[in-house]
Amino acid sequence: MNTSGLINVLVMDRAPSLSLRRTIAVALAIGAVFTGLVFLPMVGIRPDIAQVAFTWRFIAKAVVVLMIAMSAIGLMLRLARPDGEFGQLKWALWLILLVLTLAVGTELIAVPPAQWENRLFGIHWLFCLCLILLFSLPPFVGLFVALKRAAPRNEGLAGAIAGIAAGGIGASIYVAHCPDDSPLFVATWYSLAIALVALAGLFAGRRLLKW
Amino acid sequence: MMRAAMSGDASAYRTFLEAVSPVLRASARRNLMRIGRPISDVEDIVQETLLAIHLKRHTWESDRPIRPWIAAIARNKLVDLLRRRGHHVEIPIEYIDDSPSDEGSDPLGRHELDRMLETLNERQRDIVRSLSLNGATVRETANRLSMSEGAVRVSLHRALGALAALYRRDSK
Repeated sequence: MNTSGLINVLVMDRAPSLSLRRTIAVALAIGAVFTGLVFLPMVGIRPDIAQVAFTWRFIAKAVVVLMIAMSAIGLMLRLARPDGEFGQLKWALWLILLVLTLAVGTELIAVPPAQWENRLFGIHWLFCLCLILLFSLPPFVGLFVALKRAAPRNEGLAGAIAGIAAGGIGASIYVAHCPDDSPLFVATWYSLAIALVALAGLFAGRRLLKW
Repeated sequence: MMRAAMSGDASAYRTFLEAVSPVLRASARRNLMRIGRPISDVEDIVQETLLAIHLKRHTWESDRPIRPWIAAIARNKLVDLLRRRGHHVEIPIEYIDDSPSDEGSDPLGRHELDRMLETLNERQRDIVRSLSLNGATVRETANRLSMSEGAVRVSLHRALGALAALYRRDSK
């Protein structure tokens, strides 16, 4: 078949093509709602949320995970396109690191060294790690279904960023349950959990996002 | 124009694809020559790129310039083709066409697309072939195959997706 024949064919296929941005938004919403309505009630919202909501540790934790989720989503929307580039959003990553470092520094000053270990491991670090992974699963699945329509320049990178986005969303919802507020805890276990989801995203991206 | 083309105006879309093809052809030829690959692959790259542009048209955002988007897809498809060729050993050296004609594709030449088409199921292949003829319409194809127009369109859409999957499988 020659090229003008192919063009004849392509012109006939006028199936409406929903914008990628919208597909991703829908997928993320479904994933987040699933986690919020199915997984979160299984462990419950922490009972003291009203009291802690305005403590600096809790706010720092919420801000960091939300920033991770938002900037990763923004980045993913770019990298899901063939001409996608990091652009200005790379500054968001440095900003997150800065906020996290400041919070950890403040904690190290505020808390005597004898208690550092206590704060680091919190009440149940392993439980927390596993729950963030579980909470990230619905947004992760939703995202990869949506990204089948994408055309990333680098499939592995787009997959990894999608993993960070899913991990960030999972962690943001998990904040409503998590009883450990110390920045030491957040910087260690939350980061580790999100990094694991990112790693899963890297491999999933390489396998699934080829176009 | 691009916006109209992407948002469902069939004749604008045709104009767009026809305007893009020679640009793709020229850049594919340039790239193949630079890396010392047979020029005979040019049309395969053009076709695969057009298919990808079509299937991924929703990844172009209408407030962004379209050239870098097209160039990025073309580059990706060039890489895919080279990867494919790397796996298949048959690179016929004598195939090198030393009289590159600038207009259109060789109407008699067999392209990779034909090989892919043969792998589709019969109905899809029939529909694609039938619609590729100049002046063909969905209605007349539907009548001939005694299908509804909607069914032809659905089948066509699936066939294009299947073609892309075949290219993808071969590029692994």
